[in-house]
Order: sequence, then structure tokens, then C-alpha cells
Amino acid sequence: MAKVLMKGNEAIGAAAIKAGCKFFFGYPITPQSELPEYMAREMPKAGATFLQSESEVAAINMVYGAAGAGARVMTSSSSPGISLKQEGISYIAGAELPCLIVNIIRGGPGLGGIQPAQSDYFQATKGGGHGDYKMVVLAPASVQELTDLIMEGFDIADQYRNPVMIVGDGMLGQMMEPVELREPKKRNLPPKDWATTGKGGRGHTNVINSLFIDPAECEKHNLKLKAKFDQMEKNEKKFEVYNCENPDIIAVAYGTTARIIKTVIEKCRDEGINVGLIRPISLWPFPYEVIEEYADRTKAFISVEMSMGQMVEDVKLGANGKKPVHFYGRTGGMVPIPDDIVAEIKKILGGAE
Amino acid sequence: MAEMVFKRTKGLQDRPFHYCPGCTHGIIHRLVAEVLEELDVLDNAVGVAPVGCSVFAYDYFNCDMQEAAHGRAPAVATGIKRTLPDNVVFTYQGDGDLASIGTAEIVHAAMRGEKITTIFVNNAVYGMTGGQMAPTTLVGQKATTSPFGRDRDHAGAPIRMSEMLATLDGPAYIERVTVTSPANIRKAKKAIKKAFQAQIDGKGFTMIEVLSTCPTNWGLTPVEAIKWLEENMVPYYPLGVYKTPEEVE
Repeated sequence: MAKVLMKGNEAIGAAAIKAGCKFFFGYPITPQSELPEYMAREMPKAGATFLQSESEVAAINMVYGAAGAGARVMTSSSSPGISLKQEGISYIAGAELPCLIVNIIRGGPGLGGIQPAQSDYFQATKGGGHGDYKMVVLAPASVQELTDLIMEGFDIADQYRNPVMIVGDGMLGQMMEPVELREPKKRNLPPKDWATTGKGGRGHTNVINSLFIDPAECEKHNLKLKAKFDQMEKNEKKFEVYNCENPDIIAVAYGTTARIIKTVIEKCRDEGINVGLIRPISLWPFPYEVIEEYADRTKAFISVEMSMGQMVEDVKLGANGKKPVHFYGRTGGMVPIPDDIVAEIKKILGGAE
Repeated sequence: MAEMVFKRTKGLQDRPFHYCPGCTHGIIHRLVAEVLEELDVLDNAVGVAPVGCSVFAYDYFNCDMQEAAHGRAPAVATGIKRTLPDNVVFTYQGDGDLASIGTAEIVHAAMRGEKITTIFVNNAVYGMTGGQMAPTTLVGQKATTSPFGRDRDHAGAPIRMSEMLATLDGPAYIERVTVTSPANIRKAKKAIKKAFQAQIDGKGFTMIEVLSTCPTNWGLTPVEAIKWLEENMVPYYPLGVYKTPEEVE
């Protein structure tokens, strides 16, 4: 297939339809509304269903119902709307249902703003909803990678019977880049014999549920989920290591911010400073070992984020005290400027160690 | 050899109910189960259980079930029905679930005319959590969070869901029934059957509101509770048809 120029938000829709997504339930919110608009237009042509819900809460529960009935299904929103979906995401994880959730993150807290941000990192990777659950969280840095991860995300969800989240920001959602819709590597997906499709000739009823009133049963369920999360942690780590052969400092950044770091690397090179980049693509599972491995080869790390410092905690866990971990962030919808990051790096490297 | 004159419907699993003595959930479960059996849809039905006293409904109905978050059953049922348009999909919800936390979901499922059937069990109190005031609690009725009786100036007057939803174009059939006597039980079953039939016929959203007792939290004996329901709830929540499938053509 030839590459076509697509806007990020619309590319999400095209990739989802190509991946066989049959249902989209969503509610308008800036800066992701082009996606539901695209789905409303394009899904009927593909024999699929777009339904605008009365709220984000209803949308995620429609996702629960459809996923429980065996459908490939997704929803999308932006930060405040994703907060509203957290109850449903916890239930979906608890009831072991596969689905894809897209968060085009905007500045917070509260209504915040509508410009690009990465301040939902904690919410996405550390729980968000109640209870012990995890989900694979993928953070693309280009429109091509966005479509690749949307398509693979559905398969990951089906493989583990677990929600998968894709996080981007308004910049990725609005930018246009050439894209080719590529099939992900084939996975061995289990049949959805647990779905509530009517008991028919099955001889037994299927029940989709996350209630275990007996604490011993509830703990057993949690242990089963944990075993699954351990498998996800082992199998689903994705990251990019760039220019880390002989770094003075390694920047850790994801999504839009990682693109900015590539500019920072060029600028620093001109000044004789070698900056490496470790780009987590899966924010959960987080590539702690990669950070630890490169701790032996760099003087320091700097976590660069569009937040007040969230991923930096994971970078510190990865560095495990071996090297100092610094932070530089802009937030509220402000995007870091390469020159400011260069100045911060010079300050760190010029300072006393 | 004795003749079998009464047996458990195939619509119910062989499990003891957890409901309190005198609670009418058991009767309502049985009516729904009998209707599903008689319409021969147990094999293709998918039910949605609520949060509240009937949270374990998924253990009782002999069909595929999903357990929803509190109030979200109509949204979950929407996801199921859109995925499986040929299946019979129903929600079973109490008044805290449907008329309080889940008001948005029930109104919009009704507005869209989702082809689902909702069994709405109204006992004017939060039962499972121990008898707190519900949006359906009558003015003057004592509950653990309205210890001096519901004060209209403070907590408003109870919400009449059937009347409210009947103002929408989406519903095909809405009726309020009760199960306080054999005659009323027969009427309730007829209404429930008609609602499922209307769904099967693709008419639109259907809801049967069933006035139900809660002797435990009302602090009454089962017999007193039946009397209290008839003397207090029925005047405020009149029985009858609020929307008929015949009007929807």
C-alpha cells in the first residue's frame, strides 16, 4: 500500500477500522473530536457501528457490554473524559475484557486546557481506576507509529483479555504525516469462548463479572490477574534507544517530547555535547532494565516531559541510584523549546558532580 | 406415581436466593425467568445485573449475564444489543441503580429507543447498603439517611421514572405493576412478557417498573410490607400503562 498523508486523529480511526474494530463509543472533547467525527463518517462504510454516547461514563460501559459480547471495540477521549472512564476501565480489567482506549492528553488538572500535555502519565500507568490492575500503555511519537500501535493494540488486548491504552497529545492528533497501514506481527489469539453471545448449544452460561464477594475468591482472582500482568510485563516492553553509543547524558522522553529531544541532540552535537535518547514506547510495562543498563554508560539522565515530573519516578527506579536523574518539564499545554532543554543539559553537565 | 404440578422454571438456576424473607425480588426473578422460558429465548438472552440487592442476579438467571457497574446497566446493555442485534437483551435494576446514579444511562437508552427490556424494581429504599433514602423514598418515609422522614423541602419529592421516561419518543412500552397479590402477579407477568415480545418485534425500548417490598429496611413484617406498599406506594406511583407498543408503529 502506498503511503497517504493523514492527520493523527483520523489515522487512528483508519487504523482501527483496518484492524477490524466494529464498534466505537465516544463523546466529544477537544482535542480528539476529529476521531469520533471520522468514525461517524467512515465506520458505516466498513459495516461497523459508531455510536455517540451521553457521556464518557456511558461510552466506556458500552465498550464493556460490547467487549463482553465478543466485539472488537474502542473508545477515545482526552484527559478529563478519560478521568470519567476510570471506573469503567477498572471494571473492564477486573472482568477481563479486551478493548482499546485512546487518550489524546491535554493540560490539567481539572478542565486544564486543550493544548498538548503528558500529565496523565500517572493515571495511565499507575492505576487510574481502583484496585490492582495494569494495562499496556503505548505512546507513539509519529503518525506512522500511532497507526502501527493502534493495530497491534487490539491484538494485545485480545491476547491478554485486558484493556490497552494509547496515549498521544493534541500535537500528534493534529499533525499530518505520511502513513502506511501495516498489519502487525501475527499473534496467536485465543478464541472468545467466554463472550456472552447467548448460551445456545454451549450447555452452560457465560458470565462477565468482576464481583467476588468472598475475600479468598477475590484474592484468587487478583493472583490470576497478576500472573497475566507479569506475562504482559515480560512480553510487551517496547522502547527505542537512539544515539546512546557514548553519551554525556541520556534524555528519557516519549511521544511528542521524544521528537523534540532529537532536535536537542543535533543542537548539542554542534556544541560538542553528546546526548542520547531512551524513548519508552510502552509506558507500561516501563523499560526499567534499559535505563539500568545505560546507567553504566552515561554521566546522568534527564527525564523530559510535558508534566511537572511523572515518568521521572520510573526513570529513577530504572537508574536505581547508579546515576543522577534530572528533570525538565513544561506543562499545562506548554511544549518544551529545544534551546531551553539544551540550556538545562549544559547546566547539569557544567555543574558539580 | 405423583403428578408433577409445580416445578422450577428452566429460566432459573438451581441456587437458593440470598434475598430476605418477604422480599419480592424472588417473585420478580421468577416472572422474568418464566417469560424467557415461555418465549423460548433462554438460549439467546443476555441479561445485565445491577449493583444493589439484585447484584447476584447473574447467579440466578439461566442465561448469559453481564454484571454492570452501579447504574450503568443500560449502557452495558446498549453495547451488547448493538453487538448482538438478534439476541434478547435485558437489564434488571433497582431504584438506587436506575433512578439515582444511573439516571443518565436509562434516560438516554430510552431516548435512543435501544431495543432492550428493563425490569425496574422500585422498593423506595437502598436495600443492599442498609436502608438509606433513595430518590424513590416517599415524603415522610423514614430511612437511615432520612431518620426524621423524607423532607420535601430538603430532599425533594420522589422521582416517578415511568412517567418521566414516557415523555420520550424512544420507549415502545412502559408499564408499572406490582406483585402484592396473585392477581397483581399475573398482571405483572403479562406485562413483562409483552415487554420482551415488543423487544423481539423490534419496537424499541421497553421498561416494566415493579413496585416491590423491602420488609427488612422498612422495619415491617412481610404482610405489613405488602399492606404498606399498597396503601402508600401505589397512590404515589399509580399502576398502569404509560406507553403502549400499539402507539409505536
